[in-house]
Amino acid sequence: MLTIENLHAEIEGKPILTGLNLRIRAGEIHAIMGPNGAGKSTLANILTGRPGYDVTSGSVQFQDQDLLALSAHERATAGIFLGFQYPVEIPGISNLHFLRTALNAQKVARGERELSGAAFIKLAREQADALSFDQEMLKRSVNVGFSGGEKKRNEMVQMGILAPALAILDETDSGLDIDALRAVGDGINRIQRAPNKAALLITHYQRLLDYVVPDFVHVLADGRIVRSGGAELALELEREGYSAILEEAA
Amino acid sequence: MTETRNREAYDAVEEASTYRWGFVSDIEQDFAPKGLSEATVRFISAKKNEPDWLLEWRLKAYRRWLTLPAPDWAKLDIPPIDYQDAYYYAEPRAKPKLGSLDEVDPEILRIYEKLGIPLEEQKVLAGVEGARKIAVDAVFDSVSVATTFRAELERAGVIFRSISDAVREYPELLRKWLGKIVPAQDNYFAALNAAVFSDGTFVYIPENTRCPMELSTYFRINAANTGQFERTLIIAERGSYVSYLEGCTAPQRDENQLHAAVVELVALDDAEIKYSTVQNWYPGDAEGKGGIYNFVTKRALCQGERSKVSWTQVETGSAITWKYPSCVLAGENSVGEFYSVAVTNNHQQADTGSKMIHLGRGSRSTIISKGISAGVSDNTYRGLVRVAAGADGVRNFTQCDSLLLGDRCGSHTIPYIEVRNPTAQIEHEATTSKISEDQLFYAMQRGLDQESAVGLIVNGFAKEVLQQLPMEFAVEAQKLLGISLEGSVG
Repeated sequence: MLTIENLHAEIEGKPILTGLNLRIRAGEIHAIMGPNGAGKSTLANILTGRPGYDVTSGSVQFQDQDLLALSAHERATAGIFLGFQYPVEIPGISNLHFLRTALNAQKVARGERELSGAAFIKLAREQADALSFDQEMLKRSVNVGFSGGEKKRNEMVQMGILAPALAILDETDSGLDIDALRAVGDGINRIQRAPNKAALLITHYQRLLDYVVPDFVHVLADGRIVRSGGAELALELEREGYSAILEEAA
Repeated sequence: MTETRNREAYDAVEEASTYRWGFVSDIEQDFAPKGLSEATVRFISAKKNEPDWLLEWRLKAYRRWLTLPAPDWAKLDIPPIDYQDAYYYAEPRAKPKLGSLDEVDPEILRIYEKLGIPLEEQKVLAGVEGARKIAVDAVFDSVSVATTFRAELERAGVIFRSISDAVREYPELLRKWLGKIVPAQDNYFAALNAAVFSDGTFVYIPENTRCPMELSTYFRINAANTGQFERTLIIAERGSYVSYLEGCTAPQRDENQLHAAVVELVALDDAEIKYSTVQNWYPGDAEGKGGIYNFVTKRALCQGERSKVSWTQVETGSAITWKYPSCVLAGENSVGEFYSVAVTNNHQQADTGSKMIHLGRGSRSTIISKGISAGVSDNTYRGLVRVAAGADGVRNFTQCDSLLLGDRCGSHTIPYIEVRNPTAQIEHEATTSKISEDQLFYAMQRGLDQESAVGLIVNGFAKEVLQQLPMEFAVEAQKLLGISLEGSVG
């Protein structure tokens, strides 16, 4: 589904990614861990098309498309979703209105029929319920006044509604208490574990991976992936820290 | 609206104004002679067969105007206006007197469509079954063309006429109220308007009557170089209610053109007037050439106890917008409200806001102003909240929010607060923000293209004001916000 080859990228002339390779197939859950500043968020931003980054070489294929040639909203329409680390507030626009506008924009771009108001509300309610996300919050402005945990749950509600092929979740577990963590973990399993979908979890800690057991774990350091393994790699990192792996890679 | 559409519409209007509408009167002069003098004032008054008192009123205003200096205290850069280089009266060649909607020329309906009048209004105008009833008075070039739903309004006792007709049919009411809320000597442009006002709308709602439908003066088109001076007077007797929509479309591609209208509202005991404006006059081109000057004096006298007037405006067009819809809250426990979204893009300028004058005990006012600037435009909120010494228990809440798009536009807030009574509670809040790249990216990552994302965020910003508008207007206003900011980001 996603093939990243030898990706080099800079921010304002400063190299961040230095030859990153990664391959994600449909049906797989991948986790990326690594020390701060390694380039994890940069990778997420580049894949989703946030402005401000320069790709200097390498390629990214997403479902037979040159992903880097698409604009941010085109990538969304193609089926990529970013679970933001710090979801932003949009005052005056209700969650319902925002998501319905976004979903229908994507549908129209794909040549599909728009969802009617009633059908959309039903979908939104289902997703909110499944995540124990208060229905009333759907009517409130996007993320305005939401706690950190509520914002992350809201990201999951959005993911459920937009139903992307590939979900990239940037530190979705940060700032969550135990219940929220479980809810989010269950949400990811319910929504993204499917033969035609995939997920890329960017995380510092093992805990989310207790709930969402990954098929592959990668360590991103110095701008590229220095080690890959199965779920047990994350446990090893938890025990030993990054230093051993970084020494090897140097 | 795109430039091409403007041109087409303009051409269509040119065509239509030479179209024969059923009967032809004697070949009369179409325009008053160019320039402004006492003769012009007399010409206009004679054209309208006005009584002497009105001619005298005009002349007095004109003579007063000659003595006044043009004001320049606003934060606006106004090129000098040559008052002699304009026509002050224009009339379609065959003056239509249409009794019912059916007689409205299909040509006119075609123009309505070209000018982008909302579908609801089109349906109304086309008399489609089940369409919401909005009585429309269409004004073409200084003259009211058709007033729909006249019969139904008459049954309710509501008077909805052009000012010229009202002068003839209801002289006592006109004499009683015309110029009492905005006297000719109030300011330079009010004096000018009083001298040469061409037409406008008169509304009278009798006691304890809720006007059965929304009233709308839909659009005005100007032939080249005619100043547009309308006068509107709305009287709401005790216990009555009316919602009035002033939709201004017909963007023009002319040299700067002056639109100096005056609107006077009176609300008596327990009466309520809701006055909504969606203004999309021609803003000038991207270089700042051309465009309408919108210098308007709008004032409401909340004379009665518990009377209420709400002004809602969405100003997206005109090269320069200069207006302060205001309320004189004379009645005890009277209420004044002002909701505004003012958009400036490219080289547009706006200096707008409200004046709430609290004279009556217990009077309350609310001002919600949203300014959106883009391009190299300048957007100023100027407001006055004044509490007289004898006005106990007054409350005001003012909120001014500015949104800046880009880094070359300007936004300014100039609030005046003059309180002479120690029991008054006056609150003022202000925010300034820009659309953050984070917000934009968030919306785009969910599938919205950049323009939709900006439109969405801007609408969220303006929401509090937009939801004050009657439904159809609200939908159009949302679209208008998006259109008026085209090209402002990226």
